[in-house]
Amino acid sequence: MSIFLNENSKVIVQGLTGSEGMKHGRKMLAAGTQLVGGVNARKAGTSVDVDGTNVPVFGGVEEAMKETGADVSVLFVPPKFAKDAAVEAIDAGIGLAVVITEGIPVHDSAWFWAHATANGNRTRIIGPNCPGIISPGKSLAGIIPANISGPGKMGLVSKSGTLTYQMMYELRDIGFSTGIGIGGDPIIGTTHIDALAAFEADPETEVIVMIGEIGGDAEERAADYVKANVTKPVVGYVAGFTAPEGKTMGHAGAIVSGSAGTAQAKKEALEAAGVKVGKTPTETADLARSLVSG
Amino acid sequence: MDLYEYQAKDLFAAHGVPVLPGRTVDTAAEAERAAQEIGGPVVVKAQVKTGGRGKAGGVKLAETPAEAKEKAEAILGLDIKGHVVRRVLVTSASDIAEEYYFSFLLDRSNRTFLAMCSAEGGMEIEELAVERPEALARVPIDPIAGVDRAKADEIVKQGKLPAEVADRAAQVIVELWDTFVGEDATLVEVNPLVRDPQGQVIALDGKVTLDENAEFRHEAHSQLVDEKSQNPLEAKAKEADLNYVKLEGGQVGIIGNGAGLVMSTLDVVAYAGEQHGGMKPANFLDIGGGASAEVMAAGLDVILGDGDVRSVFVNVFGGITACDAVANGIVEALKILGDDATKPLVVRLDGNNVDEGRRILAEANHPLVTVVGTMDDAAAKAAELAAKAGA
Repeated sequence: MSIFLNENSKVIVQGLTGSEGMKHGRKMLAAGTQLVGGVNARKAGTSVDVDGTNVPVFGGVEEAMKETGADVSVLFVPPKFAKDAAVEAIDAGIGLAVVITEGIPVHDSAWFWAHATANGNRTRIIGPNCPGIISPGKSLAGIIPANISGPGKMGLVSKSGTLTYQMMYELRDIGFSTGIGIGGDPIIGTTHIDALAAFEADPETEVIVMIGEIGGDAEERAADYVKANVTKPVVGYVAGFTAPEGKTMGHAGAIVSGSAGTAQAKKEALEAAGVKVGKTPTETADLARSLVSG
Repeated sequence: MDLYEYQAKDLFAAHGVPVLPGRTVDTAAEAERAAQEIGGPVVVKAQVKTGGRGKAGGVKLAETPAEAKEKAEAILGLDIKGHVVRRVLVTSASDIAEEYYFSFLLDRSNRTFLAMCSAEGGMEIEELAVERPEALARVPIDPIAGVDRAKADEIVKQGKLPAEVADRAAQVIVELWDTFVGEDATLVEVNPLVRDPQGQVIALDGKVTLDENAEFRHEAHSQLVDEKSQNPLEAKAKEADLNYVKLEGGQVGIIGNGAGLVMSTLDVVAYAGEQHGGMKPANFLDIGGGASAEVMAAGLDVILGDGDVRSVFVNVFGGITACDAVANGIVEALKILGDDATKPLVVRLDGNNVDEGRRILAEANHPLVTVVGTMDDAAAKAAELAAKAGA
């Protein structure tokens, strides 16, 4: 098992024909992903050679799903066009849309999230501005380097891309059921809580590592969720203790979240929920390792 | 990007929100002329991107142009919570019958937008939210449906604004929504929104935060950047397209890839610094996933230009870019900088092709470079070198 993505997932790439799409399409194939198609309205009916594999290009997500049975789409679409691409994936009702794109205006993310909600949340969205998701040895939907770590008992959910890589590297001796980078934008689809719930239900995952950072109150909410719903051991790490306040958050934002959004507040909330919080990534990895059986 | 009050009000005016006429000036003499042109009593207001201006003496009433000059003299140069006043807004003094509070903002938790409205404006909104939360209405806004007149009426009602201003206030709220959406703002706050004795509803103050990700569809926004008040190192970094934030009181320069890892690096250096004379990180610098030689050189150039920096910690995880490429980037960057590179560099590489990366650095054997195996040990080394350099 694994969460959200497995060896049977059929993956398409919106923006496959672009340079980023091709670069990472190649890496996804190499990681074992069933890459079944690309989407580009202007190149419909053609195909691209991805390291010797012939990948068909479709005019739209709906057509690609019909022709290939795809259930996952990875978006490598420039910020300007990301909202329309996400809406297309949502309208087609694909099961999972992984939005890698960095720099999407938050009004656009809010819009496509509202659209997904209005459509009954048939499409799980991961991101935007995230490294995607990997179930090592099975499939990769995104840009996480597949050779950092193999399969194993850890589940990882993180706001940050490079800290995802760092943590997977530190715990490569244990391995991962699934690692997800949910992205650090103010509005994201899949949250820490969604991932915690899925890891709790996944028999392959034994210990969960969650990485947060300053801003918002997602970590505090996750702490409440862990306390009430998670029986598996959870280890946490929060980045940004020394980050200057007020760089990204307006006054009013802090009121809404009901929290200062500081690293200290998040650490305290997690510890109050019984989550062991590491001081550094390495210490966090050591804590997680100590909780794995045999 | 946070805007100054006068910039926020310019955007308000462009979207039809009523504001009082005013002029922004840099000198006391200009303030006098502005008061003369506006006529009648004026208010001289410090333009700084922080709250609590009134309490700090940054907002003063002036009955005459001569008095406006005097007040401007007192306000210009004031330090308000670390922000030095370089500019004042001279605006006509309004007679205020009542003060309200209004804002549109991002509600991260619910992944949508929120309107906040209260009949009790003027005071610090954080205080109101804590002391009398029932007086502050929070109305979720569907990003797709937006705010039409009916929604604005609902907000006015929930905010318990008095019946006699309901009509005009709702109109202003629709115009503020136009500002929020039309300018890609993440915050539009009016405190106070006032009713004058004639029954007009006016935005007496304005706070706007713009989404920098949306700059591609707002060419005019780039002109709102205040280059004069930018830290010179931050300005230089921005020119090189680097994500850099100067931290006051630090001695260890930081370069890393990925915002989360760099934030984590700052923390780890601060912890390590506790054992080494209280050394602290001097900056945040994320060179992104690529970490090419050119970007590394540009980053090092900015950090070495910081007089506070005594040692530099380069912390890179080779994910998409392998460590050998990063190592070559560091070696090349040091060649590009030549004699300008003067401070010790502690390098920690991990991830893809780490052995090859470390071999390249060992072979180059640069006298300034120390390679350390782990992030925690490297942070300790960088703090130690900074402490030594200061001794």
